[in-house]
Amino acid sequence: MFSFGDMMAEALGLILAWDRELSAIVVLSLRVTLSAVALACLIGLPLGALIGAFRFPGRGAASVALNALMGLPPVVVGLFVYLMLSASGPLGVLQLLYTPTAMIIAQTILVTPIIAALTKQVVEDLHGEYAEQFASFGVSARARVVALLWDARYSLLTVALAGFGRAVAEVGAVLIVGGNINHVTRVMTTTIALETSKGNLQLALALGVILLGLAVVVNAGVMALRASAVRAAYA
Amino acid sequence: MRRRHMLSLSLSLALGTALALGAGTAKAQEFILVQSTTSTQNSGLFDHILPLFQAETGIEVRVVAVGTGQAIKNAENGDGDVLFVHAKAAEEKFVAEGHGVSRADVMYNDFVIVGPANDPAGVAGMNDVTAALAKLAGAEAPFASRGDDSGTHKAELRLWKAAGIDVQAASGGWYRETGSGMGATLNTGTGMGAYILTDRATWIAFGNKGDYQIAVEGDERLFNQYGIILVNPERHPHVKAEAGQAFIDWVLSGDGQAAIAGYLVDGQQLFFPNAEG
Repeated sequence: MFSFGDMMAEALGLILAWDRELSAIVVLSLRVTLSAVALACLIGLPLGALIGAFRFPGRGAASVALNALMGLPPVVVGLFVYLMLSASGPLGVLQLLYTPTAMIIAQTILVTPIIAALTKQVVEDLHGEYAEQFASFGVSARARVVALLWDARYSLLTVALAGFGRAVAEVGAVLIVGGNINHVTRVMTTTIALETSKGNLQLALALGVILLGLAVVVNAGVMALRASAVRAAYA
Repeated sequence: MRRRHMLSLSLSLALGTALALGAGTAKAQEFILVQSTTSTQNSGLFDHILPLFQAETGIEVRVVAVGTGQAIKNAENGDGDVLFVHAKAAEEKFVAEGHGVSRADVMYNDFVIVGPANDPAGVAGMNDVTAALAKLAGAEAPFASRGDDSGTHKAELRLWKAAGIDVQAASGGWYRETGSGMGATLNTGTGMGAYILTDRATWIAFGNKGDYQIAVEGDERLFNQYGIILVNPERHPHVKAEAGQAFIDWVLSGDGQAAIAGYLVDGQQLFFPNAEG
């Protein structure tokens, strides 16, 4: 039998005994997730803005599809990417399976619909206010997208954070395409799953606390950035 | 048209960046990929023997540890250079179908049945495994099965069959299939007071035993043989046949076998090498 208090205390002790191996896992987690979120923004922001700002046939269907894809189960994404990148799959020649690149691809697929769907909503609302001005000045399509994305940038930071939260916490996709290989593709969440299955619950809990701390640091950093940018803008 | 252009631009930019971001990890060092099981990984055996092999040959071994069923499936797809698992019949089928070159015995450990200290079914101390299983079924004592087509799961199903018990009829009742790895099944099973068939290695190394003890052990039908196979390079040309074979040769050599025998947890030997010298 265990007491939750004792276990938490042991977990904190383990966090204090931080070693280089743990640093490498944390760094890889951040590298994979931040890369995936950056890529997802690169695809999702313009995609969401296009759907949010323009009327075209099939727009409703595209919105529904994006919203539905927000609920993609990570395991399914992992399986899909595995089948693509497997040596027997269509992209097998690239030899990307069981590498961090494969994990970045899987998380990008997971996060892009979230970024795109939320961007679409933000841009659509903003476009309602700007539409007449755009029309009267005859602003080009590209300039419209750029202007809308720029003026919505603070809201879009929160959109990116939502994507980060999803990616940093998921285990299903990276476990399948990364393989949880020690020193190569082992990240925070796959380590937590592994240590739990080994019955090392204190260590798993400690890693969970670190993961949470990481999310707090990233969120606080972005919020601070946003606050100082807003101050500068209105100074 | 401009919109489409912009989208394709950002898509290709994204793909390029993904490749660039991942490329930083490619090490110059030679490595092979081994598809193996959770029991070898979770028990810590690989952490003990792989550094010895790498020190000797300079070849890094990357291990993907999944259930035997999934490991074999992955290897069939060519996603690995070496297969190191424990389900002899499935391994021989793998070789017979041309996915692997040949199979060799490496080592064995044994299965045990663990249960709560108060032993509600009264099987503690038995060493006839089928009689013990029959008694568990008769008492309808909760039993946690892997249920994941792993080597351990296959061994368990063989034993139930030998005991003449149809566990599918009790599925969801006293017979509970967790559909997950050995460690996860131990966590779940100990949580619900169930008996569990586990390999001894994972059990000894397991950190969340609670009041559980070994109830049944010592029957030779609980013997658990591990085999090693090189994935067929004729079928999958990218297989690193030379480095993979070097690993197999080392595991089967005197050095490798001694390294396996030398792995102790709490002073107990977990795996017993039995390669044909």
